[in-house]
Amino acid sequence: MNYPNELKYSRDHEWVRMEGDIAVIGISDFAQDALGDVVFVNLPQEGDAATAGEAFGDVESVKAVSDLVSPVSGTICAVNEELLDAPERLNEDPYGAWLIKVEGITGTEELLDAADYQAMAEQG
Amino acid sequence: MKLIFEKSVPGRHCDLLPKCDVPYAALPEALRRETAPALPEMSEVDLSRHYTELNQRVHGVNCGFYPLGSCTMKYNPRIDEDMAALPGFAGVHPLAPAYAVEGCREVLDTAARYLCETTGMDGMTFQPAAGAHGEFTGVLLIKQYHEKRGDFNRSKIIVPDSAHGTNPATAAMCGYDVVNIPSAPNGCVDLDALRAVLGEDTAGLMLTNPNTVGIFDENILEITRLVHEAGGLCYYDGANLNAIMGHVRPGDMGFDCIHMNLHKTFATPHGGGGPGAGAVGCKDFLQEFLPASALMDGEGRIQLRSFAGNFLVVVRALTYLLTLGREGIPEASQNAVLNANYLMRRIQGSFDLAYDRICMHEFVLDLSRYKAETGVSALDVAKSLIDYGMHPPTMYFPLIVHEALMLEPTETESKETLDWAADIFRALYELGKTDPETMHEAPHHAQIARPDEVRAARNPVLRWQK
Repeated sequence: MNYPNELKYSRDHEWVRMEGDIAVIGISDFAQDALGDVVFVNLPQEGDAATAGEAFGDVESVKAVSDLVSPVSGTICAVNEELLDAPERLNEDPYGAWLIKVEGITGTEELLDAADYQAMAEQG
Repeated sequence: MKLIFEKSVPGRHCDLLPKCDVPYAALPEALRRETAPALPEMSEVDLSRHYTELNQRVHGVNCGFYPLGSCTMKYNPRIDEDMAALPGFAGVHPLAPAYAVEGCREVLDTAARYLCETTGMDGMTFQPAAGAHGEFTGVLLIKQYHEKRGDFNRSKIIVPDSAHGTNPATAAMCGYDVVNIPSAPNGCVDLDALRAVLGEDTAGLMLTNPNTVGIFDENILEITRLVHEAGGLCYYDGANLNAIMGHVRPGDMGFDCIHMNLHKTFATPHGGGGPGAGAVGCKDFLQEFLPASALMDGEGRIQLRSFAGNFLVVVRALTYLLTLGREGIPEASQNAVLNANYLMRRIQGSFDLAYDRICMHEFVLDLSRYKAETGVSALDVAKSLIDYGMHPPTMYFPLIVHEALMLEPTETESKETLDWAADIFRALYELGKTDPETMHEAPHHAQIARPDEVRAARNPVLRWQK
């Protein structure tokens, strides 16, 4: 399982990468592995508000549908619409297949570094 | 195997429908379709062979063990079918006037009385067509109750994270916000988490007890008291009623309304053999909101379904109730619980139990450790069971257990069947350690190999096209 050091992670298994003032958000390698083959992604619209700790979309695998929980509050400034037609990208490249970008960040959940996240995830 | 449409030969026909012996009446021009419907054209024998072939490809409870957790796949006694086939029931016209179908009405009244007695409810409707429809009806009762009192601020329904997916879906369909609360480590409701979300905006709580991990929530009286104190109502999902019939009643636990899946607990067929019925019961103060039906009318009330609901399903359920009687009903639950515990302890020592304690009618295996060690997933084990002529257990549910397999043997099964099943689980446990590849590719001997579920989900082909 891969936990890149340069990323921060939420307890809901999203990763966050800061690009200047913009937060890029995706799901972790652990999350995609636990979900299994992803068959559908439901994403918000550009301009929607994201709220830390609340769902901004959902992801459906052959096992289950799970909420995508935003680690930050702000305004969604970009949505990776490529995933709508190619949800398998989340399995193939979880750290390349970002979901949304959020700007104007007003709040952030407590985020973990790679080592702490790995410990939390693998403890179950 | 070809689809029935692919077997169709233009001009071929059979005589299943009798010749018309009344004057021909044409539909008005405006209602006539312009092209003929694409119905298959077949002889009777080919039609019969088609369905027999389909029948041979499925696994039903009449074929073998079917421990599909939370679905209560018990045997459907033949006498139920005999009663449902009586011409006075099967041949009745749905528009017959009430005075001509007094017997049918008595069936509904009697079944309602017995089911009310079993569940501790005061009133009942048989309108809903199946479980989810019953849930929808039950939550609408709650909504009507609040709105009739002029309380329009109750916008939230609380659902534990171990619930069946239909619970949050029902609440959302009824216009409520769904509040998920996490389960305590023992799989039961976390009282602090419940207290934290209760308030003036609480419309109600949806719960099943025993819950989806097969554990009876001992705090149930406190749970329903807290919800009532906040002004909400308590809804009982009857999915797991088979564990407690005749021993404890949802009405006595503090629930205000309930749906039952007659096709689970009361031995009517699950799909295929006929439609379902999601009987909904409620306490006296909710009775005024129950829907009307063709045989039990109520002024100003609407029907949820045409006529009297799926009436013949109720005939089967009543036959089951009368066959078992006051002594047999509690015994059925005792045996369901005993069978689950026996099977759980026979499997223990191979796959991990999600909760190592006495269970109710079902239990959950947690294969996450096994998967980490061998690479064999719950899906692989489920598919391997098919090779032994066993229906797989429920997979990946409840969501709070990773790599879950959920087993519910029901009271139907003998000790010999349970021993046979446990031996297969134990053998597969060993096989995965030495030969995981075989299990990744299972089933090997079934009519249909492992389908590509990912492709099926991403690119579903839902209808035949010429």
